Amino acid sequence: MLAFNFFGATEGGLFDINATLPLMAIQVVALTYILNSLFFKPVGNVVEKREKFVSNNIIEAKNKLSEVKKLEADLLTQLQSARTEAQRIVSEAEDESDKLYKEALELANNEANASKEKARLEIESQTSAARDQLSKQADDLSELIVNRLILEK
Amino acid sequence: MFFNSLLTNFAALEVGQHLYWQIGNIRLHGQVFLTSWILLGALLVFISLGTKKMENDPKGLQNLLEFLWDYIRDLARTQIGEKVYRDWMPFIGTLFLFVFVSNWGGALIPWRLIKLPSGELGAPTADINTTIALALLVSLSYFYAGLSNKGWRYFEYYVHPTPIMLPFKILEDFTKPLSLSFRLFGNILADELVVGVLVFLVPLILPIPVMFLGLFTSAIQALIFATLAAYYIGEAVEEHH
Repeated sequence: MLAFNFFGATEGGLFDINATLPLMAIQVVALTYILNSLFFKPVGNVVEKREKFVSNNIIEAKNKLSEVKKLEADLLTQLQSARTEAQRIVSEAEDESDKLYKEALELANNEANASKEKARLEIESQTSAARDQLSKQADDLSELIVNRLILEK
Repeated sequence: MFFNSLLTNFAALEVGQHLYWQIGNIRLHGQVFLTSWILLGALLVFISLGTKKMENDPKGLQNLLEFLWDYIRDLARTQIGEKVYRDWMPFIGTLFLFVFVSNWGGALIPWRLIKLPSGELGAPTADINTTIALALLVSLSYFYAGLSNKGWRYFEYYVHPTPIMLPFKILEDFTKPLSLSFRLFGNILADELVVGVLVFLVPLILPIPVMFLGLFTSAIQALIFATLAAYYIGEAVEEHH
């Protein structure tokens, strides 16, 4: 054994190495096993379970967030297309109504023109008939006058 | 001569005296076992209380123990590496807790009030047997870690990066346990002696800052011991390319 007197101690000394050494080593090894089953394993299980739980939740939240972003973008494009579609429908309807209005206007105009023309022709024919009658009556009258004048004489 | 006469004046310090237990023909330092049993008992009670009702939502003691566990895991992981730190974490943690509890227990509890027939109670780590036991366990561990992880390729470490390193690496296997054990032993013993001498000379106030320094040293020594043990194991399992 490595043992020498230190500080004048008669027995032992600071560097007195004996069976304390192996027994202490066995004690520390036993302590390692005890602490492993009493401390390191149970606490490790709890901590790692929690770490897993937290990281899983973070991953899940990230997935959900990206899904939400995708849906948002989807909705935005849908909204955009719906808006352009609505605009197209509105302008189409406007065009249609414009066309219908124009057609109706034209139709009405034509009808009015036609009836105006008809009325004019009628007026004209009646005017000429009246004029013919009038000139015939004038002729008759003038002949009557002439005959009477000749007979008087 | 001067030294001896000085020491007779400091008889109250009882340096190098032990409480011998005789079992068959083996002799033990009883005071080391007594204090270590008290301190480890307290540690085990503390840990049992803290892990009695484990919850997912830690409270009180469990919180403290989880912090400790996390601290030890970080220590083991940074020194040993991601791959095998899990296997060695209980050993590193036990070394840290044992050294820490021994150092602080030795410094904080007024053991001197308990009179023994011979020697006096104190930090178990102030006994060379304890520190050599711990250091030899570290040596065995890193050999075992290296051999079990890499087989015979472990010995490539001795000629890495060049065969010139061989004698130095072999020498290192002896200096590692030597430095580990003597560093811890020396620091804790010196702290106990300084506090003892100061208390002997000036029993009031003056020893208090030194006691705080001792607590600081004790904690640092525990950290150094655990870190170096982890580093040696990490060095043994490290893959060279």
